Amino acid sequence: MTLDYQKLGLIAGIEIHQQLNTKEKLFCRCPTTIREAEESKGEFFRYLRATKSEMGELDRAAEEEMMQVRQFRYLTYDTTCLVENDEEPPAPLNEEALDIVLTIAKVCGMTPVPEIHTMRKLVIDGSNTSGFQRTALVAMNGTLPGGAGIETVCLEEEAAQRIEDTIFSLDRLGIPLIEITTSPCMHTPEAVQETAAQIGMILRSTGKVKRGLGTIRQDINISIREGARVEIKGVQELDLIAEVVRREVCRQVSLLEIREELKKRGASVEKTLVDVTSLFTDSKSRVLKSAPKILAIRLNKFAGLVGREIQPGRRLGSEMSDYAKKCGVGGLFHTDELPAYGVTEDEVTNLKKALDATPDDCVIIVADKPQRCQCAMQQIIRRAEMAFEGVPKETRKMLEGGSTAYMRPLPGAARMYPETDVFQVRVTPERFASLEIPEMIDDTIARYMQEFGLAREVARQMAYSERRSAFEEAIHSGIKPALAERAFNSTLRELSREGAQVHRIKDEDILQVLILINSGEVAKEALSPILTALAEGKTPAEACERAAPKVSEEELTKIINRIVAERADFIKERGNAATGPVMGVVMKEVRGSVDGKIVNQILREAISQVLKNA
Amino acid sequence: MSTTFETGDLVRCTLQGCSCEGTYITTRDGMATVKLTSGYNIGVPEESLTKTGSSEMAEPQEVEIIQDTTLPKISIVSTGGTIASKIDYRTGAVTSQFRATDILNAIPGLASLAQFSAVQLCNILSENMTPAIWQQLARAIYDEIRSGAQGILVTHGTDTMAYSAAAMSFMIKTPVPVVFVGSQRSADRPSSDNVMNGMCAVKTALSDLGEVVVVMHGTTSDDVCAIHRGTRVRKMHTSRRDAFQTIGDGVIGSVTYPSLDVSLASHAVKRGNGEPELKDQLEEKCAIIWYYPGMDPALLSAWSGYKGIVLAGTGLGHCGTDMIARIREMSAAGTLFVMTSQCLHGRICDRVYDTGRDLLGAGVIEGEDMLPEVALVKLMWVLGNSSSLSEARLMMAQNLAGEITRRSSV
Repeated sequence: MTLDYQKLGLIAGIEIHQQLNTKEKLFCRCPTTIREAEESKGEFFRYLRATKSEMGELDRAAEEEMMQVRQFRYLTYDTTCLVENDEEPPAPLNEEALDIVLTIAKVCGMTPVPEIHTMRKLVIDGSNTSGFQRTALVAMNGTLPGGAGIETVCLEEEAAQRIEDTIFSLDRLGIPLIEITTSPCMHTPEAVQETAAQIGMILRSTGKVKRGLGTIRQDINISIREGARVEIKGVQELDLIAEVVRREVCRQVSLLEIREELKKRGASVEKTLVDVTSLFTDSKSRVLKSAPKILAIRLNKFAGLVGREIQPGRRLGSEMSDYAKKCGVGGLFHTDELPAYGVTEDEVTNLKKALDATPDDCVIIVADKPQRCQCAMQQIIRRAEMAFEGVPKETRKMLEGGSTAYMRPLPGAARMYPETDVFQVRVTPERFASLEIPEMIDDTIARYMQEFGLAREVARQMAYSERRSAFEEAIHSGIKPALAERAFNSTLRELSREGAQVHRIKDEDILQVLILINSGEVAKEALSPILTALAEGKTPAEACERAAPKVSEEELTKIINRIVAERADFIKERGNAATGPVMGVVMKEVRGSVDGKIVNQILREAISQVLKNA
Repeated sequence: MSTTFETGDLVRCTLQGCSCEGTYITTRDGMATVKLTSGYNIGVPEESLTKTGSSEMAEPQEVEIIQDTTLPKISIVSTGGTIASKIDYRTGAVTSQFRATDILNAIPGLASLAQFSAVQLCNILSENMTPAIWQQLARAIYDEIRSGAQGILVTHGTDTMAYSAAAMSFMIKTPVPVVFVGSQRSADRPSSDNVMNGMCAVKTALSDLGEVVVVMHGTTSDDVCAIHRGTRVRKMHTSRRDAFQTIGDGVIGSVTYPSLDVSLASHAVKRGNGEPELKDQLEEKCAIIWYYPGMDPALLSAWSGYKGIVLAGTGLGHCGTDMIARIREMSAAGTLFVMTSQCLHGRICDRVYDTGRDLLGAGVIEGEDMLPEVALVKLMWVLGNSSSLSEARLMMAQNLAGEITRRSSV
């Protein structure tokens, strides 16, 4: 569907969460190292339950999570401690992390909070052992160079990584995370994506953020006129952001259309539950046949709307199903999609009859343990009634491709209360003033092009590279920019594509090799094999020796004379034009250990000797 | 507290470059805490605030707990502690300030296990516990047993819980379980251990037990609570959930969670039919002295006039030879010395080395395998309930409430 976003009144904002690359975690002294689950040293399990806030309110998001009592299992490592286990009070707020956040705030022209208070934000989905996430508001009110407003930046602790359903890995818990929240100032899907890209660029410019998939996550807040604010969590790929926005607008538009249609039809939700377990005792649907209980409700004049697609792969029925799943059921069936899944036409007819349903009605069934069915039906009724309102305020999660599923209601302010175990931190004007603003990567790219003569794409790669500062250091110590760029970027990329473990190569080793090349001790032609050797774990000296053993001029002359003699006929036939091909043979034999210029000089002499004798 | 603003006032905060709206909470050291509409608190100079209105701070709602009168009666005696705590804006810290009935609100599952009556004895952080409060506590427990409670639950801060449990073990002879319970992680957090400890403690209070125990997490997981004898339990970790350990004996039982099955070891004292006995006299002029290499014997003089001193000695039960003369003098003047070990595990034997023999000669009693703190509490009780020093010496060497084992099992 093509949409006129301006006419629809699209308003969007984003929250970006980026892991910071600090030495230690935010509230303990553990390293910020991500581990493999197989490296786990132990595990324990806990139950979480919602608690009341200081105001005596129960957060509605937390309340919904509480519908199921779940046991959470946690994996521990030799890089995690009692703080992650929720068995020791937190250490003071990590000052290194705070400085990074303050620096970013300064880049965005924000006002730092004079005294930073760490809060506990209730999160009882198991991803935090304590049942809350520690978070602190650090600065307010800024603007991006592109004009988008930044409302707040916060410093938070990262949640534990979910390994599967209720199993979490504690390595990630507590890694410092910056949260940047824009104002709701974007009005097209593309603007949202551009703003996200710009914030990403600023974050990377500090050189102090983690890299790689999962280290940055975007949450998008979207609403349209007459729709409602919906927060979509965990968009990891930048390129998908615009699509996510488009699909959410599409969903809200469709839900509003459904609302109008329901009103027009005079639809209603029948709240009486009907036990239809007996109708499916011989069903071919295994789920239904084996279910201890099957309950059904009738949605009057909903026919066709429950099955109507509201965004790719999603229907109103999927929304109801998401709500029902909060009670632990696997999902639901509705008559808009039946007969299917082993349910026969006869069964559908009987079902409709049992519920006195007309062809205009839709019947929904849920099969599970009795208590779960009851709970799920209440949720379905709730969601069906929301259809008359249009778009419910929700937190949603992104699915593959950019559609979304319901997660929980939007949390309220009630889920925040003070983290009393952490002292407040005062940010003095002197501290804020002394923070150095890093060069923005966009400026770095321009400088690399202008000063070093790099092509735009190469300059961009180099500017975003982790090896950027080593690259600049090399140039400082007299290495030619083109060579330095090849050593720190292009050649590494080529080798990486060939499968070399280039991440193992240390910057200082590359620099050492470059100095050898610069002094003429190693030929620049040997760069690639030397880097390959470094990637295999060799020292620079070993790598140079292996990739390019030293050849004396005497040895070189001998080699050249031998090769020329072997190819005398070819040389006589081609004359001076033979120089190129023979040069290749020589270089291959000396494996680039000799400067091409010297080889060329000796070779020309040898060839002219052959030609003279001919 | 500020005189300009009151908690709950709506305020606008104007900082250089921005302004925001929120609710005024409190002021400390010139910095005002403001809760923004987003839920975040920030600290700002008080002069940056202007009042824009006032709001009612929502009071925590009282939920009426309906008690099932067909269930057995359990009395909760509350002394404070983390099992029932909340955030106090005045100090900015988690403090114990709930009343005993709030425990039922905090742990809704309790109401299905028993019917509860609650006595709020005091509301203190357990580091502020005193022998005088032990006496009140013993009387309160005694009264509750007399009035028909099937079991007693004592909520207590964890810091000195082991001392109090030991004190009750000597002061009350109980036919029903007297169960101390607390929590290591504050009750305001979703991960608090208060629910599991509370549920397991109530099941213990309903069990076939007839002695004073501590019930707390047995492991770091939410899987089982351990039942510890009041005279053998010790807090062995500052913060872990399973901080409480039985030292020098086996635990006397366990309660699984969430199934709440209680199993008792063979050496657990079983529930009886008799009346409780209360002996609540304590001699408070008692002390514990932790010996260290090079300790100045003159320090002992600070305790002259004390009726009893527990020495936490080294190894088998020693302190430096220089100390012995002063101990002999004080002992002769009527101070009762009891030797225990800093090792915590194992039995005192002052008959192996000369120093030990000299200590015995100076009048020191071997504290067998008593824990140092338990020996102190026992000494207070023995001196308060014996008619002569020689009787007291005899009582100190005897097992009265499971504090001494006859054999050191392997």
